[in-house]
Amino acid sequence: MDFSALDPVALIASLLVAATPLILAATGELIVEKAGVLNLGVEGMMILGAIAGFAITVESESPALGFAAAALAGAGLALLFGVLTQMLLSNQVATGLALTLFGLGLAALIGQPYSGIKPPSTPTLDIPGLSDLPVLGRLFFSHDAVLYLALALVAASWWFLTRMRGGLILRAVGESHDAAHALGYPVVAIRLAAIAFGGACAGLGGAYLSLIRVPQWTEGMTAGAGWIALAIVVFASWKPWRVLLGAWLFGGVTILQLNLQALGLEVGSAWLSMTPYLMTILVLVLISADRSRAALNAPASLGRVFRASS
Amino acid sequence: MWRLEARPEPSRAMLLATPVLAVALTLLLGAALFAALGKDPVAALRIIFLDPLLDPYARSELLVKGAPLVLIALGLSLGFRAGVWNIGAEGQFIMGAVASGAVALAFYDVPGLWLLPLMALAGLLAGAAWGLIPAFLKIRFNANEILVSLMLVYVAEQFLIAMVSGPLRDPQGFNFPLSRLFHDSALLPVLIEFTRVHAGVLVTLVLVGLFWALMRWHVLGFSIRLMGEAPRAAAFAGVRPNRIVAISLGASGALAGLAGMFEVAGPAGQLAPALPVGYGFTAIIVAFLGRLNPLGVLLAGGVMALTYVGGEGAQFGLGVPAAANEVFRGMLLFSLLALNILVSFRLVRPARVAAPAPRPDPDPQEA
Repeated sequence: MDFSALDPVALIASLLVAATPLILAATGELIVEKAGVLNLGVEGMMILGAIAGFAITVESESPALGFAAAALAGAGLALLFGVLTQMLLSNQVATGLALTLFGLGLAALIGQPYSGIKPPSTPTLDIPGLSDLPVLGRLFFSHDAVLYLALALVAASWWFLTRMRGGLILRAVGESHDAAHALGYPVVAIRLAAIAFGGACAGLGGAYLSLIRVPQWTEGMTAGAGWIALAIVVFASWKPWRVLLGAWLFGGVTILQLNLQALGLEVGSAWLSMTPYLMTILVLVLISADRSRAALNAPASLGRVFRASS
Repeated sequence: MWRLEARPEPSRAMLLATPVLAVALTLLLGAALFAALGKDPVAALRIIFLDPLLDPYARSELLVKGAPLVLIALGLSLGFRAGVWNIGAEGQFIMGAVASGAVALAFYDVPGLWLLPLMALAGLLAGAAWGLIPAFLKIRFNANEILVSLMLVYVAEQFLIAMVSGPLRDPQGFNFPLSRLFHDSALLPVLIEFTRVHAGVLVTLVLVGLFWALMRWHVLGFSIRLMGEAPRAAAFAGVRPNRIVAISLGASGALAGLAGMFEVAGPAGQLAPALPVGYGFTAIIVAFLGRLNPLGVLLAGGVMALTYVGGEGAQFGLGVPAAANEVFRGMLLFSLLALNILVSFRLVRPARVAAPAPRPDPDPQEA
C-alpha cells in the first residue's frame, strides 16, 4: 500500500471541512444545554436542514438562500420541540427522539425528487494574496464563507456566555430555573430562544453536509452526525472552545478512515466505517469517567421540566 | 382564556384515553399530510387503517410486522419505566440476527429440532451482550447510555455488512453481500398455511403475558417502577440502581436480539444488509403509545403494524411515498407527547376557578 498518495495539506484542509457541520450543530446544542434544555433531536434538525438547504439551493441557484432556508427549517422544527417541552411540559428525552424520527421521515419525503442531482457549488472566499500563499493558502484561506462563519460562531458563543449579561442570564436559567424565575427572568421565553438558535445552527450544519461536504442529497445522509454533535458537547464539558477540539478530532478520524478506504486497506471498508462511532464511545467514556468533574460542568437544571409556581 | 391547572393526582382515565386521542389526532394530521401530497386523504386513511383489517392475508401480515415491534417495545418499556434509555434496540436486533444467522449457517444442511432453540439462544445472548455494553459503560464509567447505545446501532449495521461480505457470504452468490438462504430446519415453522405467520408470533404473545405478570406481581417489576418514579425512595428501599440499569438494558437487548432471530429465521430466511428496517426505532413509539404497559404495548404494536402493512398498500395503490409513513409515525409520537399534559393537568376557565386545591407536586416528568 502506498501512503505517499496521502497529501497532508489536502488531508488537513478536508478535515476542516468535515468538522464544520459538527462545529455548527454542537455549538448550537451547547447554547441549548447551557439554558438547561436537552434536545436530542439534533439529528432530525440537521437532516431537515440538509434537504431544505439542498432543495432551495437547487431551485433558486443561490447557496446563500439555501443556507438561510436550512437555518429556518432547523429553527422551525426546534420550535416544535420547544412548544412541546416548554409549554406542554413533555419529557425532553422522548420529545427529542420524536424530533429525530419525524425529521428523518420528513426529510426523506421532501428529498425524493432531489436524489442524484448535483447542487450549484458554493463559491470559496478567495482572498487576494492570502489564498495564493504556498501551503497556508490552501490550508486556511481557500474555504467557503460558512466554514469561517462556524469558527466565528464558536468565538461569539464564548464571548456571549462568558462576557455578556445575556449569557449570564442564560446560564442562570440553565443552572436553576426556579431561582432565575424568582429574579423575574422569563425562563420559558429564554429557553425557546435558545432552542430556536440551536435548531438554526443544526440546520446550517446539515446544509453544509449536503451542499459543500458531500455535495449531494441521499436519504439518511447525516448518518449519526447529529448524535456525534451531542457527544461533542459532553466531550467539550460545555465549553465553546473545546467544541472545536472535539469536532476536529472527529473530522480527522472521518477523513483518515475515508482515505484509508480509498487506498484499499485490507481490513475492509465496513470495519473502517465503524471507527467514528467507536471513537465517540471511547471519548464519552474517557470524559465521563471522572464523575465529580463531569457533574461540575454540566448545567444543574439540564433536562428538568420547569413550570412557574405562580 | 383557558389555562392549565394541576390535578391533585394524575388522572387514570386520561392515562388510558390520551393514546386513543393521540391516534385520532394523528389521523387528522395524516389526512392533512396526504392532502398536501395531492392524494385523496379519505382513500389513503381507508387503505392504511381499514383495508388491512378486512383482507385475510393482510391480517396475517399484521401479526408478522407487529410481533417484532411488540417484542422489542416490551423490553424497552422495562428500561423506560426505570428511567434507563435504551435507544439502540435496532443494533441489538441486528446483532441477534447476525448471531442466530451465523449458527444457522454453521450447521448448514444439518437437520435437527435442536437448531432453532440454539439459534434463539444465540440471538438472545448476542442482543443481551450488545445491550450490556452501554450498561457496563454507564455503571463503570458514567457514560451516557443514550449516546452509547445509539452509536452501537451504526457499529452493528457496519458489522452486518462486514459479515455478509466476508465470512458469512454465500460462496455461490457471485460476490453479492448476501448469505445463503437458510435450510429448512433453520426456518421457523409457519403457523397458518399460505401466510408468513411464524412460531415467533406465538412466543411473543406468551412473553407479553409473562412480562405483564412480572411488572404486576414480581418484586423486580416493583423496583423498576419505584426507581423511575421516586429514585430517592427506591434508594431507601434498598433498590440498587446499577442492578436495574444492567437488568433493563440486558433484558431489552435480549428481547431485541430474539426479535432479530425471528426476523432472520422467519420472513427473511437469510442475512442481508437490508434486514434492519427500523423496527428498533419504531418500537420506541410503540412503548410510549402502549403506556409502557405490556398489554398496552400489544395494542400499540397492532396499531403500528397497520402503518407498515397499510402503508405498503397505500404505496402501491395510491403512490404515497414510503417516507410518508415515517412522518406519520413521528406525528403519532408528537401527538401523544402533546396530549400527555392532560394526564397531570386540566384545562379550566379562570372564571370558574374556586379556591386553589392543595397541590402535591405533579410529576410531568413521566412520559
